[in-house]
Amino acid sequence: MNYQFKWSVLWSGQSGVWLLQGLITTVEISALAWVLAAALGILSGALRTVPWKPARALATAYVEFFRNVPLLVWMFFWYFGVPPLLPRAVQDWIFNHGAEFWAGMFALGVYHGARMSEVIRSGIQAIPRTQFEASVAMGLTTFQAYRLVIVPIALRLIVPPATSESLNLLKNSSVALTISVAELTFQTRQIETYTAKAIEALTAGTVIYLVLCVGIAAIMARVERRFAIPGLIARGG
Amino acid sequence: MADVAIRFKDVDKWFGKLKVLSDINLAVVAGEVVVVCGPSGSGKSTLIRCVNGLEGIQGGDLIVLGESIVRPGVSMSGLRTRVGMVFQSFNLFPHMTVLQNITLAPVRVRGLGATEAEKTARALLERVRIPDKADHYPANLSGGQQQRVAIARALAMQPKIMLFDEPTSALDPEMINEVLDVMTDLAKDGMTMMVVTHEMGFARRVAHRVVFMDGGRVVEEATPEAFFATARSDRAKEFLSKILSH
Ligand SMILES: Nc1ncnc2c1ncn2[C@@H]1O[C@H](COP(=O)(O)OP(=O)(O)O)[C@@H](O)[C@H]1O
Ligand SMILES: [Mg+2]
Repeated sequence: MNYQFKWSVLWSGQSGVWLLQGLITTVEISALAWVLAAALGILSGALRTVPWKPARALATAYVEFFRNVPLLVWMFFWYFGVPPLLPRAVQDWIFNHGAEFWAGMFALGVYHGARMSEVIRSGIQAIPRTQFEASVAMGLTTFQAYRLVIVPIALRLIVPPATSESLNLLKNSSVALTISVAELTFQTRQIETYTAKAIEALTAGTVIYLVLCVGIAAIMARVERRFAIPGLIARGG
Repeated sequence: MADVAIRFKDVDKWFGKLKVLSDINLAVVAGEVVVVCGPSGSGKSTLIRCVNGLEGIQGGDLIVLGESIVRPGVSMSGLRTRVGMVFQSFNLFPHMTVLQNITLAPVRVRGLGATEAEKTARALLERVRIPDKADHYPANLSGGQQQRVAIARALAMQPKIMLFDEPTSALDPEMINEVLDVMTDLAKDGMTMMVVTHEMGFARRVAHRVVFMDGGRVVEEATPEAFFATARSDRAKEFLSKILSH
């Protein structure tokens, strides 16, 4: 074996810029998808517990559908499947405006929203039913009871599993390279192609993902402590 | 005749195939304190939970503060602002301070300003005798203190009726009286109250009427003196001998 390590490929030529652009794109697509996933997850997770059957059925259908479709297929669906159904002018417009980014972001957010939904539902179901009864007994509507009492408590309970799910989302954003979103993994592949230095390029990518994930986990641990419900058993950090 | 605050008319209630309330006829007059007692599973909780619509009824009519609550389109949250409820398990919101627990509904439902709501809340904490706990979280209060906060929280909506479902059953014995004292004050102020409790001393001192339930029916209905002296049914006698023997 006579592989010649050449770490300087990472900062010579275009590589540094590509990595930076990849990092930015990864953070952007993940952050937007996370907001979408959190919104869908809270909404559908809460709906799965309300005393109204059609709402529960709708939310369950959403979760079961997306939990059972591979993310990759779902991304292809939005990128390759949907645009041809649109009028020509609309197609041209979206392909000139970063269609792959939006298709990827949407697929990622909707997919992880379904998984987030399960996390939030389990949080809500850990709350004694009497908390809901006490809320509505003082005149809050069901919506207010969820918004002001049930969901805020559930969110505090689920920080650890929600963190894992958020990290999964970040890592799964790499799947968007298959629809040519120029995110971090895409860029490391590009460096590898141009320099033939696979180890160096992939190491750079790995380290960046690692730093991102560890950073997010550290922030979430602080959030957990900051919002901990007094009286609950403290969890390790 | 005095104002009737709550009137059950031939009320029936099922949980699926299980009939838990049969043919309930009962009127509670404004300002009256009615203690509901009876063996476990006899339907006491269900009875008072019907009054604020936490349980629906399947037969008969239930009129609360002049309005039938089974009429289609009746506003449940509107009804519940006029009927306060205190639960056995306190049910304070653990992520909010005492003050936040008390001001939540006045601000969100009645549209009170934050300053005014806080002022009212502090006055209520005086009334339930824990003015110094406003900024504590429920987890840092004793059971008796939590239950008194729960009472203050219900009173913050200025209800016309208060429902109590075994408010002292989850408490250590030495804390029972601090809660009963607050309830006694409330009764003296003329609050209309339905109280499910096994505290027969409270019933004797405070109640205007005792309702004894068994098997989903109201079996006896009498003044406390009459009830304790001459309970007629065997079930009530048996119940009383068990309750009063310890
Ligand atoms: N949500 C419910 N679903 C089915 N059965 C219930 C429910 N709540 C109460 N019950 C039943 O109704 C009966 C009356 O219960 P409850 O009103 O709680 O009695 P009590 O308060 O007198 O102990 C019991 O047989 C109980 O098992
Ligand atoms: Mg009960």
